[in-house]
Amino acid sequence: MRYLPLTPDDRQQMLGVIGAKSMDDLFVDVPEAARIEHAFDLPPHQGELEVDRALSAMAEKNTAAGSVPFFVGAGAYKHHVPSSVDHLIQRSEFLTSYTPYQPEISQGTLQYLFEFQTQVALLTGMDVANASMYDGSTACSEAVQMAHRVTRRNKAVLSGNLHPHYRAVIETTSKFAGDAVVALEADVSGREDIASQIDGDTSCVVIQYPDFFGHVGDLADIAAAAHAEGALLIVAIPEIVSMGALRTPGEMGADIVVAEGQSIGNALNYGGPYVGLFATRQKYVRQMPGRLCGETEDVDGKRGYVLTLSTREQHIRREKATSNICTNSGLCCLAFTIHLALLGEKGFTRLAALNHESACKLAGALEKVSGVELLTPAFFNEFTIRTSKPAADVIEALADKGILGGVPASRLMPGNDAVSDLIIVAATEVNTDQDRAAYAAALTEVLS
Amino acid sequence: MSEKTTFTGHRGLDHEEQLIFERGRDAACGVDLPAPEGVATRLGGMERKGGVGLPGLSEPEVVRHFVRLSQKNYAIDAGFYPLGSCTMKHNPRLNEKMARLPGFSDVHPLQPTSTVPGALELMSELARWLMELTGMPAVAMSPKAGAHGELCGLMAIRAALEARGEAGTRTRVLVPESAHGTNPATAAACGFTVDAIPATQDGRVDLAAFEAKLGDDVAGIMLTNPNTCGLFERDIRKIADAVHEHGGYFYCDGANFNAIVGRVKPGDLGVDAMHINLHKTFSTPHGGGGPGAGPVVLSDALAPFAPLPYVTSTGGELKLVEDEQSSDADPFGRMVAFHGQMGMFVRALSYMMSHGSDGLRQVAEDAVLNANYVLASLKDVMTASFEGPCMHEALFDDRFLKGTGVETLDFAKAMIDEGYHPMTVYFPLVVHGAMLIEPTETESKETLDEFIGCMADLARSAKAGDKARFENAPELTPRRRLDETTAARKPVLRWTPPAPAQAAE
Repeated sequence: MRYLPLTPDDRQQMLGVIGAKSMDDLFVDVPEAARIEHAFDLPPHQGELEVDRALSAMAEKNTAAGSVPFFVGAGAYKHHVPSSVDHLIQRSEFLTSYTPYQPEISQGTLQYLFEFQTQVALLTGMDVANASMYDGSTACSEAVQMAHRVTRRNKAVLSGNLHPHYRAVIETTSKFAGDAVVALEADVSGREDIASQIDGDTSCVVIQYPDFFGHVGDLADIAAAAHAEGALLIVAIPEIVSMGALRTPGEMGADIVVAEGQSIGNALNYGGPYVGLFATRQKYVRQMPGRLCGETEDVDGKRGYVLTLSTREQHIRREKATSNICTNSGLCCLAFTIHLALLGEKGFTRLAALNHESACKLAGALEKVSGVELLTPAFFNEFTIRTSKPAADVIEALADKGILGGVPASRLMPGNDAVSDLIIVAATEVNTDQDRAAYAAALTEVLS
Repeated sequence: MSEKTTFTGHRGLDHEEQLIFERGRDAACGVDLPAPEGVATRLGGMERKGGVGLPGLSEPEVVRHFVRLSQKNYAIDAGFYPLGSCTMKHNPRLNEKMARLPGFSDVHPLQPTSTVPGALELMSELARWLMELTGMPAVAMSPKAGAHGELCGLMAIRAALEARGEAGTRTRVLVPESAHGTNPATAAACGFTVDAIPATQDGRVDLAAFEAKLGDDVAGIMLTNPNTCGLFERDIRKIADAVHEHGGYFYCDGANFNAIVGRVKPGDLGVDAMHINLHKTFSTPHGGGGPGAGPVVLSDALAPFAPLPYVTSTGGELKLVEDEQSSDADPFGRMVAFHGQMGMFVRALSYMMSHGSDGLRQVAEDAVLNANYVLASLKDVMTASFEGPCMHEALFDDRFLKGTGVETLDFAKAMIDEGYHPMTVYFPLVVHGAMLIEPTETESKETLDEFIGCMADLARSAKAGDKARFENAPELTPRRRLDETTAARKPVLRWTPPAPAQAAE
């Protein structure tokens, strides 16, 4: 019980001050039938060594990404995170602080949130950003809700090449809110006709960039088509490192940009915690969900930062709030901000170039393998191949050989026979020439 | 207070810290990356044109910047943080170490499940602890925060009503006035209308008003227990039974589960769904406001509708169910990409195992004892809003400041100069000038005695007419009171280059 400071003597003395005979007196409001007197079917407390041993044994059963040639993406990416990032986010003053409700003693958190918001706006080519959402998928769903508020319409049109999980999250939220969703079929050719789905009831078009299969392409036409009908263009970016190499959605006419920020500063963590990025145009600021940090001055005229525009939020507007969200991914934002500060302009664009180069080399090696067809002519660090055997079996066979070779599209699009032989493959700066060669060699064996 | 002016603007160890965008040189970089080899690109003509606008800094510059920023923050590791309803308790570093084991932190949510049996085992084990501690038969693991868990619970209720063919008729959700603001926002986001229930004089749900609101159009009730006044809802069983008799469901906001963990099983109270803030009850760090994690325990009636994905166990073999086709149940959908906050799951399980079933019971007892000790020690100095006993937080209000000209906010700001993070103020809304103090179980009697002494001194000072101490506070902080009105009226949410630099571009 090393975390509990009270001694039995303390407890007796304190009960005396309260005027209670025993602890039971303090639980007197609990209905008697609901007071637990027996032990739970759970083990008793354990020391640090024992807990460490038990959890380490569990962890060791998993194959860590860093221990094998690793090419899995589809919404989360393995990157190198500089050592100082994790060191800094573990500083007590960051790790063990709360939401900065008292700004005078929270300027550390508030200032990095302001820096984070600026970085996200710059990366996406947008005017303003919020202090983050849970992750990319929830940010995307919140963007759809925001578009409904802005346009006073409630029909979202989703690209078929939007990440199937992002699509599912939007569909869940919309179903319960009573909103309409038109989702196109997945199209591995990357040439879906989304513009034809937009009409006067459409509040927004949601498109992924690069898309789920890895395609990159100009979004200006789709932005124009959306705007012509009074709809907003929402662009989702699951791999934010791509913004170091690609034209931004902002310059192509996006109204809201959401992204998964895990790639910068954050570990894979088997799916979370991650950090959702959310950026938009200045004119929509008051419709943005989530926390916002703003610049101001203190009574001495010194520059400082506060949480602001909370009149949109649930604790003021309750059932009329812009969303029920009352948190952000604070510590993940911090990791993002530190890593991006370390990279800077030069490092970030170089990191993007190295990612693209790694993918180009891998694509070059894999397309030479007999039984493989590359389906993504233009991509950033992720592309799709068609294999001559069922993709799920290929991935398992590769795993048996110690190579994690990507995601079979069928895992995310079950029941869609058209994708059963597709593998989505990601490459990043962590992959070496040996990794790529090992992948090509193993795939050759598996497909032969 | 002497206000010595320095040449630098720094004050001893307290440095004025510019934004990273105001520092740096284009060529500088804090990481060493190899130059690309220059293989032909395949970007399809979509190459970025122009720079991003990020500053260039070396590693030592970045480290120093963020260390200096950290020093402008209050934190639980630095001092007492009695923020009611937020539960700022000690964050054991063992939990951090465990979460960083590569087998947990460096695994991808979509790598073959055959390569992550330990991850499934961890999720399943944490689920077992949560179900046993709550006495509930099922748990949805994926919600990413408490409010996300609320949404999950209400979606499950809505799905169950749909399965009964009553989603169209049962559209009203009852929410007590003292509820967290997220409760009504969540019900609204889920397509329900919100009907508020008033509180009684003793800070609990008004049973008569509640019963008068029951009807065939009620989908359910959202109740916080222990409630936001720090009190246990004595009539909870009656409320649960009445809601069930009328065909509705009982959502319990479990944000305050740490007050009863190991002593009360919510399953015995008639709960159908309850989220558990892992960060509050099981000590995963708040990290400046997030991330959290909000698994939701579910009754038999709601369990079939739990969202994707989930882990099942057949004959000891764990399986991850990710899509409706492979599900034997009737999941209402997916709330989030991937499987939830794995990093938080590891920390929470580490904390649970460290305490064990015996220690978790002690957690609730000490949390409640500490709160009642503060309540008893300060009730003659400040004004307690309700008769005790309280659960894990003690609620005071501003009646003791009447006539002093000192507001609740001023009182809170004066606490900062004394070295404390203020308690929660102006919440819950049901009392005027609320001050909600939550000591948690990880504070010693010595710490509480010092705090009680300080609060008594401040209260005496206010009553003695020392208004300046409060109005001008805080004075000893990196920043003094900030102009929040202008911040909201003319929002500046990002740095922009100064005008001359723009002209030079």
